[in-house]
Amino acid sequence: MLDSFLGHYAYYTTTALMAVGMWGMLVKNNLVKKLIGMSIFQSAVILFFVAGASKHGATVPILEETLGLEDASLYANPLPHTLMLTAIVVSVATTGVALAILQAIYKRHGTLEEDEVMERMQE
Amino acid sequence: MPILIVLAVLLPALISPAFGFTRPGYTYPLAILGAAGAAALSLAGLWRVLSSGSISYHLGGWPPPEGIELVLDPLAGFMAVVVSSIGLIAIIYSRRSLLAEIPGKFSAFYGTSLLLLTGLLGIVLTGDLFNLYVFLEIASLSAYALIAIGSKQAPFSAFRYVIMGTLGGTFYLLGVGFLYFSTGTLNMADMANLLPALVGSHAVLAAAVFMVVGLGLKMALFPMHMWLPDAYTYAASSVTGLIAPIMTKVGAYAMIRILLTVFPLSYVLNDVPILTAVAWLSAAGIIWGSVMAIAQKDLRRMLAYSSVSQVAYVGLGLALANPLALIGGLLQIASHAMTKATLFFIAGAIRFRTGTVGISTLAGTARRMPWTSAALVVAALSMVGIPPTSGFFAKWYLVLGSIQTDNWAFVAVIVISSLLNAVYFFRILEQAYLAPETKGAQAVSSTSGTQHSDSPRSQEIPPSMLWPILFLAALILIVGIFNALVVTEVLRPALPVGL
Repeated sequence: MLDSFLGHYAYYTTTALMAVGMWGMLVKNNLVKKLIGMSIFQSAVILFFVAGASKHGATVPILEETLGLEDASLYANPLPHTLMLTAIVVSVATTGVALAILQAIYKRHGTLEEDEVMERMQE
Repeated sequence: MPILIVLAVLLPALISPAFGFTRPGYTYPLAILGAAGAAALSLAGLWRVLSSGSISYHLGGWPPPEGIELVLDPLAGFMAVVVSSIGLIAIIYSRRSLLAEIPGKFSAFYGTSLLLLTGLLGIVLTGDLFNLYVFLEIASLSAYALIAIGSKQAPFSAFRYVIMGTLGGTFYLLGVGFLYFSTGTLNMADMANLLPALVGSHAVLAAAVFMVVGLGLKMALFPMHMWLPDAYTYAASSVTGLIAPIMTKVGAYAMIRILLTVFPLSYVLNDVPILTAVAWLSAAGIIWGSVMAIAQKDLRRMLAYSSVSQVAYVGLGLALANPLALIGGLLQIASHAMTKATLFFIAGAIRFRTGTVGISTLAGTARRMPWTSAALVVAALSMVGIPPTSGFFAKWYLVLGSIQTDNWAFVAVIVISSLLNAVYFFRILEQAYLAPETKGAQAVSSTSGTQHSDSPRSQEIPPSMLWPILFLAALILIVGIFNALVVTEVLRPALPVGL
């Protein structure tokens, strides 16, 4: 049990982060908190990819003369990192659009609490 | 060839903000040019693919599986034609409606809608799982922005869509992560070769579940459709006319791609009951969407619920995983894209003329707008599924597919839902054609319609709005009548191998 935890603690952490993020997105009443939950959720997946890229005893994926090219297990896998750079850009863009929409909501309804917005939409 | 289809809409999308500040009027022809280019290239591409086989383009010259690959095969070609031509027609239609509803956002609409088409065409053409995620988010981000321009309630419904859409996108990304760490590749064709060896793996199972949930959120599969009705109701008419026909269909297409071509068929069919789950969710969505549509008083909200129901037909078609049902599902993608576009255009036209879209205020529409109403009849018949419209043949193939796999429950679901469709569409036709014109409806039309129109003839909508509607209505009939040609020439080759 403890071994499994120590071996996979990065995955347990990302799972916990995902749960926190989803809780924020789905349960919180304040729209900004929902957005924060969304960011946490996206970060959890980014961390999941980065954790999956790591190897024990491997170094940064830059060619080193002494290590050579034959043994791929000496280098960390660079592909997930590049994928996550793109995913980070996507999540920044999403946050930006969401913040702009939040601004529009505040201008029209004067509040960012979900229940109050829904009340005022009925009027 | 595949990259040109994407670039045809991407380049104008990048140029149009420059015009937006100085000459907003120019963005409209620019958008038409881009969409028309994409439509022409998709048609030419589909033609070439059907005569001489799939075309693969390696981005940056890197060969797959290391590099990103764009694949134009018959299935992608068919989807690209549907997406780009409906996008083109929606863009032609949108000008007058935009000027009437949201004049300040004129150039912003065209830039963003071209970006939306870029994303959707990218999803259709890509052969790479992560690339699909990126295009999915490009399309979704443009859709969030487009929906947020609209009535007073639009930003809030757009924010809900942001939360749900991002949840879906991130789930999909998580699924891609599981698959990548299991196989070490992101290329769809390569993945399909590696996965049969890994069928027992828990990671692959988790990946399949996360991907189905993620794409299910994007395609508004029941019960993940909650964002859709509000988003479609409160957005501007031209925005719904653009997003509603194609956005959810492309989500369904991505699901077809991943479940039927990437995963081994015996795995999703027998080892784990994923397709069964999708089929029952779709069946529930078909009934639930129809029932909710009957309860609505607002024409656009009714159409939105009917979208939930209609896209579920595609889900059912893919989940039955036999050739006839999948042909039905694919035909439904084309048929419903045309039909829903016509219906939302008509809803926009009615709003343009009368300023309201309540079903009870439709009385007298047939007299005031004879051509629009004629198109409404064609579209309504196609939704209900009455020959010779395309909607009938889509359902016909679905029913045949269900019978072939002995799924009589789904036959019943399709028949019941057709009857429910008849209930809510005939109610509209009755209002438009038979109901006596009330004083209230007349007052509304004469105050907010064009001021100088006294004769009923001049109440018809302007040509730039009318022609797209009539063209689509004619297309519904043409595709319906020549459905055998479409099925044998285009859809049969488009079926995934091994089905």
